[in-house]
Amino acid sequence: MGETVAKAEKVVKTTRREALRKGLFWGCWGIFIGFAGMLGISIVRYAYPRIVWEPSSTFKIGKPDDYAVGSVTVMGDRRVFLIRTEGGFYALSAICTHLGCQPIWEQDNQVFMCPCHGGKFYKDGINFAGPPPRPLPRFLMTFAPDGRMMVDKAKEVGLDFILKV
Amino acid sequence: MKWVPLGLVRYTFCLGGLSVFFFLLCILTGPFLMMYYIPSVDRAWADVQDLSNVVPFGRFLRNLHRWSGTLMVICVPVHMLRVFLQGAYKPPRQLNWLVGVTLLLLTYLMAFTGYLLPWDNEAYWAATVGMTMGENSPIVGSKGPFSILSQDKDIAYILRGGTMLGQPSLTRFFFAHCVAIPGAMAGLMGLHFFNIHKAGGMSGPL
Ligand code: HEM
Ligand code: HEM
Ligand code: FES
Repeated sequence: MGETVAKAEKVVKTTRREALRKGLFWGCWGIFIGFAGMLGISIVRYAYPRIVWEPSSTFKIGKPDDYAVGSVTVMGDRRVFLIRTEGGFYALSAICTHLGCQPIWEQDNQVFMCPCHGGKFYKDGINFAGPPPRPLPRFLMTFAPDGRMMVDKAKEVGLDFILKV
Repeated sequence: MKWVPLGLVRYTFCLGGLSVFFFLLCILTGPFLMMYYIPSVDRAWADVQDLSNVVPFGRFLRNLHRWSGTLMVICVPVHMLRVFLQGAYKPPRQLNWLVGVTLLLLTYLMAFTGYLLPWDNEAYWAATVGMTMGENSPIVGSKGPFSILSQDKDIAYILRGGTMLGQPSLTRFFFAHCVAIPGAMAGLMGLHFFNIHKAGGMSGPL
């Protein structure tokens, strides 16, 4: 009887020591994994810039008279084409709907041609050749109080949109 | 164990070693290019012109870097093809296949990030096309199928450091090309070779 008790005590003792050792072991791993995880998450978060120095999506351009009827003005920094028609203005995105290059306005053929994979768009932005799957988006245009025009790249409008002048 | 009885095929065992060789050539020449190259949108293109036309043997080093990078991009997939055709990915070498696939992707990323560094028109638009592909990828891209991330949170944004290619993108690509990816590749190659050692050497006749 006495022997059994002693044995049981011994078992309890080892278990406690074992538990302590296991606790320490996993505790250390926990701290390590927790720290590594925090480091990983903070690096991913760190890679998202909080501030970017990029031009605003809304910008002011000239007055209607500054652009000749029928002209296409390339605003490369803004990546916008401004087209002046008889009736008014429209602004097209200068980002090819295939993979994002900047199409070139070909005055002689009156089409936009994308140098990357040969996509082509008519003057109204409709795609007719090559890989681009969609027309060039049109952006909302308005008049500022001082009579100059504004383009808002954050707002897309329909293919029939024209800012009448 | 011999999986492939054909004695002739043994030359294909060189392909992994050739990949290492071209990688080492890149690692050797890259830091020397860094001595004259400044990753700034105002300087990068001019620095690469200087490297090619003014710096003594600059063109030689640059071409060595470019050619070894290109040849590595050829050797790695062909090495993978040889491993596949010989069934050398079978146990106990499964892990090495996984390590290998990661190395393959990192090799492509090296070629992609290096290509932007000269900051000429070709580089700029090639990276634009690559980033648009990122935007249109499933899940991680803002415009792809099953997209859950907005345009200022997706994979292209984090790689470019913004919504358009600019100085932040060049800085990031430079860091990835010269520090992050080569470091990861060196570590993974160590693992790749340790795995070969653990499997008791290579699979077939040498
Ligand atoms: C940077 C890329 C890589 C380097 C530097 C590299 C290097 C090596 C080297 C030196 C060997 C020794 C045998 C040989 O030379 O063929 C080897 C074997 C092996 N590699 Fe790669 N490798 C790379 C990519 C890959 C890829 C993409 C795969 C497959 C997806 C792969 C899978 C394997 C396997 C399974 C073995 C063992 C083959 C055997 O025992 O016969 N490796 N690698
Ligand atoms: C897997 C290995 C590598 C590959 C495939 C690779 C590929 C490339 C490519 C394709 C270019 C463009 C070259 C050109 O336009 O002439 C480039 C440029 C560059 N790479 Fe690498 N590279 C590798 C490793 C490295 C390493 C390890 C470093 C530095 C630590 C490095 C530093 C540079 C620098 C500074 C440039 C810009 C100079 C230039 O364009 O000529 N590269 N790399
Ligand atoms: S990016 Fe314009 S055609 Fe491919």
